[in-house]
Amino acid sequence: MADMSVAHTAGASKLGRFIIYGLLALVCLYYLMPLFVMLSTSLKSLDEIRAGNLLSLPGEFRTDAWVKAWDSACTGVQCEGLKGFFWNSVSFVVPAVVISTMIGAFNGYALTMYRFRGSDLVFGMLMIGCFIPFQVVLLPMAQTLGALGIANSTLGLVFVHVVYGAAFTTLFFRNYYVTIPDELVKAAKIDGAGFLRIFFSIILPLSVPIIVVSVIWQFTQVWNDFLFGVVFSSGDRQPITVALNNLVNTSTGVKEYNVDMAAAIIAALPTLLVYIVAGKYFVRGLTAGAVKG
Amino acid sequence: MGALSIRNVRKSYHGNEILKGIDLEIDKGEFLILVGPSGCGKSTLLSMIAGLDSVTSGEIRIGDRVVNDLSPKDRDIAMVFQSYALYPNMTVRENISFGLQIRKVPAAEQARIVERVANTLQIGHLLDRKPSQLSGGQRQRVAMGRAISREPSLFLFDEPLSNLDAKLRVEMRTEIKLLHQRMGTSIVYVTHDQIEAMTLGDKIAVMKAGEVQQFGTPQEIYDNPANLFVAGFMGSPSMNFIPAKVEAVGSGYGVKLESGQRTHVFPVPGGDGKLKAWEGREVLFGIRPEQITHKSESRLGLPQFQTAEMPIRLTEPTGPDTMVLVPINGKDVVCRVHPAHAGQPGESMELMFDLSKSVFFDPASEQRIA
Repeated sequence: MADMSVAHTAGASKLGRFIIYGLLALVCLYYLMPLFVMLSTSLKSLDEIRAGNLLSLPGEFRTDAWVKAWDSACTGVQCEGLKGFFWNSVSFVVPAVVISTMIGAFNGYALTMYRFRGSDLVFGMLMIGCFIPFQVVLLPMAQTLGALGIANSTLGLVFVHVVYGAAFTTLFFRNYYVTIPDELVKAAKIDGAGFLRIFFSIILPLSVPIIVVSVIWQFTQVWNDFLFGVVFSSGDRQPITVALNNLVNTSTGVKEYNVDMAAAIIAALPTLLVYIVAGKYFVRGLTAGAVKG
Repeated sequence: MGALSIRNVRKSYHGNEILKGIDLEIDKGEFLILVGPSGCGKSTLLSMIAGLDSVTSGEIRIGDRVVNDLSPKDRDIAMVFQSYALYPNMTVRENISFGLQIRKVPAAEQARIVERVANTLQIGHLLDRKPSQLSGGQRQRVAMGRAISREPSLFLFDEPLSNLDAKLRVEMRTEIKLLHQRMGTSIVYVTHDQIEAMTLGDKIAVMKAGEVQQFGTPQEIYDNPANLFVAGFMGSPSMNFIPAKVEAVGSGYGVKLESGQRTHVFPVPGGDGKLKAWEGREVLFGIRPEQITHKSESRLGLPQFQTAEMPIRLTEPTGPDTMVLVPINGKDVVCRVHPAHAGQPGESMELMFDLSKSVFFDPASEQRIA
């Protein structure tokens, strides 16, 4: 009787496994299909695209669509490809990510380790920031940028993304820091360390996992942003997302799908790279040993 | 000169009084234990001594300085936490020297101090490890090392042994006591474990609900508890409290005890003065398990010893002693007898009561009568 039930559950779990992996494979295929189509299309010639099947592999691998997308595709009136816009994006995304992550870390630290009167209220108000849609802040933000004299500049775009991202990064760091035992801070206070010393010597070195999370999130958000980019920048200072849109919408007779696909992949590449590189450092449990283990 | 004096210290949070006027004083080199159940305010008091919590009113002096408004780093203290609170990103060496580094102690001096501390606590081989690579006992040592490296005038320990397993706890307890003997620095030590309190302390403050119930040496507190709470809290197994009527016996007074159809009246030595007012009324008669033992011929006839035959409800052998449960006045009373003399459940045995250390409490106010 007991043997039978064991055999039965073993069989059931094997079937369960099979279903789970089957479903996972299916979902995986579903998500990878567009990437496959984009990649293979970007490597085909226009003739092959017109003649062939969407899912077929390219008969001959051609990289001229990639070269064109990077170097000479038209994004409106000028035809210099994405390269300039790529570096535009890098030039404001990197500072925006770094600054918003730093502010988040500092806010989170102050909100958890140095509770002050009304700190929960401040945190609550910051949280509301996470729920404000982009569109709502466009006009007031434009006025603010104008008043600060940084409208239509890289600095302005950095400012917008830092302000908008700080709510999210603060949430990340705050929720991470509440798991760090506050006896650690007390011990450091007794050792004589001050507010900043504790932050830089003890808290920040423990924050690697959450810094990685924050960087991945912010990088993806800021790099992929279109709305702020299209509103708060113009001409040759626009980010790559806006340029991609222009490139795809600029038609000179024939629609060059291979160039469009190559351009789209180029625009998405940095976020992919961040996931691949940073994901590796996404290690948990760095605080192990701070408390009873 | 007192090492630490706490005068009428109060603490309230949002109108709730957590500490209701604490007065304590210890001399240089003394080991003070703050003991009590959770929520009694002992950890809050320690935090206030450390400067991690502010004082609502009253005065805390360390040495001859009032430290109420000094920050922790200026109080000349070091603290060992329950969770050890070692900095996980630093090696043991860096953990120990962090405080020295902040105080701008020269590097060579730091190295010398780390060396000395490591020798004292036998953690020399661990200096280059991270806290995550240490066992519980080793972390405990490192936490103590960090504390002693600065040679403060006062050590604060916040339940440092409660995260260790039973065997290690006893070992570390001995080690802390040895360390204290060797260094002679004053210590304030918070625990909820009355055995730790008894074994380590020069002075014990038993706390409950934000008040010090009794402050004295371990033996004073054990032998002369001020009230029912202290009597019940200190000692394991804890003191028996038997509701009993006071009756006149000869020229003095005694307590009336009923057990298994039989009634005994035990005269209380020296109890005549204070028990007189309670004649005919019920009191709580407190007697520790080790004061009720098997009958010993050599003690028979001494006035403070009384014998009585009582039925056994249950026995609990512990090895060196056997705990025998007998019913007296409707309560189960624990007696500590030699295993060779212990009877079996269902039988009855002759027990000898040592009344010289018995205590009496007012059942309503729970204060000591005699």
